[in-house]
Amino acid sequence: MAIPRFWREIASRYNLIGTKCGSCGKVDFPPRAVCPDCGRKSIGKMQRVKLTGKGTVVTYTVIHDAPAQFELQKPYVMAIIEMEEGVRLTSQVIDTKPEDVKIGMKVQAAFRKLGQEGEAGVIHYGYKFRPAG
Amino acid sequence: MKAGIVSYGGYIPRYRIRPKDIGIVWGADGEAMGRGLNIRAKSVPGPDEDVITISVEASRACMAKVDVDPTEIGAIYVGSESHPYAVKPTATIVAEAIGSAPVMTAADFEFACKAGTAAMQTTMGLTLSKMMKYGLAVGSDTSQGAPGDALEYSASAGGAAFLIGTDRTIADINHTVSYTTDTPDFWRREGQRYPSHGGRFTGEPAYFKHVIACAQLLFKRAGTTAEDYDYAVFHQPNGKFPVRAAKQLGFKDPQIDAGLCVREIGNTYSGAIMVGLCAILDEAESGDRIFAVGYGSGAGSDGFDITVTDEIGRIRRDATPTIKAQIEDHVFIEYSTYAKYRGKILMREG
Repeated sequence: MAIPRFWREIASRYNLIGTKCGSCGKVDFPPRAVCPDCGRKSIGKMQRVKLTGKGTVVTYTVIHDAPAQFELQKPYVMAIIEMEEGVRLTSQVIDTKPEDVKIGMKVQAAFRKLGQEGEAGVIHYGYKFRPAG
Repeated sequence: MKAGIVSYGGYIPRYRIRPKDIGIVWGADGEAMGRGLNIRAKSVPGPDEDVITISVEASRACMAKVDVDPTEIGAIYVGSESHPYAVKPTATIVAEAIGSAPVMTAADFEFACKAGTAAMQTTMGLTLSKMMKYGLAVGSDTSQGAPGDALEYSASAGGAAFLIGTDRTIADINHTVSYTTDTPDFWRREGQRYPSHGGRFTGEPAYFKHVIACAQLLFKRAGTTAEDYDYAVFHQPNGKFPVRAAKQLGFKDPQIDAGLCVREIGNTYSGAIMVGLCAILDEAESGDRIFAVGYGSGAGSDGFDITVTDEIGRIRRDATPTIKAQIEDHVFIEYSTYAKYRGKILMREG
């Protein structure tokens, strides 16, 4: 991933910053400039909102054939997570065995290494999810 | 006016390996090694954990306990000897991740295992002088021992963060003293993957000389003896050195038990005494007095005479798992998984 692209996404990747439509109240993640439901009515009304980091597993899959950067972590779980605010996002579920992950499981955001541009390159950090304590 | 701890937070990765399982690989009696070191297991970072992720988790745990606006933090210093970047600060990433940036200063510290306590002293000065309201001092490591080396049985991962200020402190730092000399007991040269050490030289002329001298200076400065303290915590490279140092200084087992985390998680280096101090603050009550002396190879000791205040009852100590709960919540792994997680297996490029 190009350095500027990741750098632009630091706020949302580190701190789950999304947007809330000032017109209908819908929360989006990642942040949007315009609400997909309200269109131009939302222009100038999109507010930054920090998600609580608490969510529920909607569905998940176990990755056995991983990209090179994730070889050390396989088998690992990728899940669609519905956040308390109603918005859904895709993320890795960590600190648990794949067989222990269940639909409906409560999870919370953690700060982890997402990848790196080789041994000499930039390291990318951001959210993953672990079972809620 | 005193500077003190406004909040605290610690983080220990979930994975553990037993000395026995390390010994099997190297044809050594790992169980005997573990008994000798007084270490039952050591923590291992997951494949996506490093000093930056551990520092962020510890700092977030620290901020979760209080209602402090993170933009009021004027400085973040992260002490470690395993910063992921040789050039590019860990502290800037911590600052962004807890919402403190950009109107603040930040830097990474290095002084073997005492860089975190050095950060505490620096932030004490900055807050006492009113240059800023709060400073965040972090000590964290994912330490490595060379495969088969004695260090491999103890070098572990973990970290802690302390929010330092002069207002609404949960624990006042009454006195701090340091004792520093040029002692080459343990080092890692630039570009080297694993540290080197002077074997038995790391004991008497290094750890014990500095810890005991610093502790005696602190007793003198505070006008106290071991009996005046409810808790004592020392740098804990293994479970043997701090116990011996404590006894020499007149402390009894019940005073050192709460902060002696090394027995269950190994030596978290820059995190070691700070995680121990977190474990004490998890259970301490108003009025309790804590004696803390860290140690960093190279070499030096930082000592702190601390008194817990009424404010400890007003923060949310249960906002994140206690150190005890994190120690208990663990998963044991074998050496093969440990080697994979710690990057000891040569992978193809890609």
